Amino acid sequence: MNMETIDAYSEVERTARESYGRLVAYLAARWRDLAAAEDAMGDALLAALETWPRQGIPAKPESWLLTAASRRLVDRARHTRIAAGAVPDLVALSQEARHWSSKGKSFPDERLNMLFLCAHPEIDPASRTPLMLQTVLGVNAERIASVFLVKPAAMGQRLSRAKAKIREQRLSFDLPDETELPVRLSSVLEAIYAAYGSGWEETAGADARRRGLAEEAIFLCRLIVAAMPGEPEAAGLLSLMLHGEARRPARRNERGEYVPILEQNTALWSRTMMEEAERCLRQAARTGRLGRFQLEAAIQSVHAQRAVTGRTEWEEIALLYEGLARFAPTVGVRVGQAAAVAEARGAEQGWALLGALPREAVRGYQPYWATAGHLLKRLGRLQEAREAYSLAIGLAADPSVREFLKRQSASE
Amino acid sequence: MQFTLLFYESPEEFANRKDPEKQQDYLAGWSHYVKALRESGVVVGGFGLFPPETAASLKRKDGELVAQDGPVIETKEQLGGVFVIDVPDVDTALEWASRGPSCAVEVRQNLPPMK
Repeated sequence: MNMETIDAYSEVERTARESYGRLVAYLAARWRDLAAAEDAMGDALLAALETWPRQGIPAKPESWLLTAASRRLVDRARHTRIAAGAVPDLVALSQEARHWSSKGKSFPDERLNMLFLCAHPEIDPASRTPLMLQTVLGVNAERIASVFLVKPAAMGQRLSRAKAKIREQRLSFDLPDETELPVRLSSVLEAIYAAYGSGWEETAGADARRRGLAEEAIFLCRLIVAAMPGEPEAAGLLSLMLHGEARRPARRNERGEYVPILEQNTALWSRTMMEEAERCLRQAARTGRLGRFQLEAAIQSVHAQRAVTGRTEWEEIALLYEGLARFAPTVGVRVGQAAAVAEARGAEQGWALLGALPREAVRGYQPYWATAGHLLKRLGRLQEAREAYSLAIGLAADPSVREFLKRQSASE
Repeated sequence: MQFTLLFYESPEEFANRKDPEKQQDYLAGWSHYVKALRESGVVVGGFGLFPPETAASLKRKDGELVAQDGPVIETKEQLGGVFVIDVPDVDTALEWASRGPSCAVEVRQNLPPMK
């Protein structure tokens, strides 16, 4: 490859990364067929790889791709009789694309509408997160399947079914009206949080159910916060994820071993991310509308203060968990609360909360058994502690978490 | 739905079974996992296998049976053990597979029993 070819390749790659979601969303919103818009975009990117090295990189790469993709849609529609009636629409779309480029303006950003469409009540909740990752960020089905531990072929089918549903039921690309908006927004945020895939950091040795796509989730959440700065839960979620992401470099030591939050070197925490997380949380708090994500972010904010004060205010964390349990009384929250209460008020009180959880609900829940092992050991109930640790190890998928728990179980 | 988890082990993992220094760690890894599987109530059956070099294989060549030492197919990773579990769906089967200590695992749905 010569230099120009390499330049053209990296320009295609860069444009694809930055504009893929905007281009697909723009095409899909007008042509109302998501799968066709993605195919056309894929063809346009291939065409760019063929053309740009020979003819040079166009002045407006995005507009070039948009025009090429619109043409593909027109060509395809002309070849399939069913869609023939739509050709005039497509020709208009194609002209519109040229119009944006000649005016030197950038075309409208429909990614927000796309995120809301992905969280439409008609779309199966299990498909929402994969759909967002694929349509807005172009993450492929295989990668999504690996992150979510799903059979890749099944993930592909799930995505195609969701796209077919959008087309056949003509699900609207328009933003929901004011009455429907709050519920839909909360579905959007849930789906973004599912992409983040974090574990409960207060519980030493908790195994994240999956490793997640943290950067991608943060990117999607930023889109929401930028478009809806007045929505406190969106800012809360962004704050929560940024606090978690700030600690990524400290979560494993140089030997690759798991490091629980209390033993993490705070010098390794990202100051920039923590500051942005705090700004988001303040922005959310100004609205005076409290919610689950803000409370979770507030818990992480207390942890972050250790970087300044050198200590963790567990009583504050325990109180925030009490509040959180009112919004989201999930097993995960209850376990986190028990762990915080144990740190703040002693292992007996923590165990009282943990032991009260219904047996059936915690049977296969790894963070419960990691916390149980820790608290039982502190209470001197060593045989029970070993049993609990054993289950926590057996239920963990991350080898470094397993090794950590083995060390915990063996130490007195 | 019944699924079979086929646990494949690398030559190193098979070697760890016999290494006096690593043996205990190797076994502990499996015993925690098996305990968690059993406690969850999903186990239909399962067992570990002696290493592939102990295997005897029969292959039919032109209608004649040929006996050979070792596994049917020589690959780097070899079958080290199997578990049959009864779970609601393939996603849950994959979740259990992800917790296993071996380097690779294949998940297959079992055919219904023959009439």
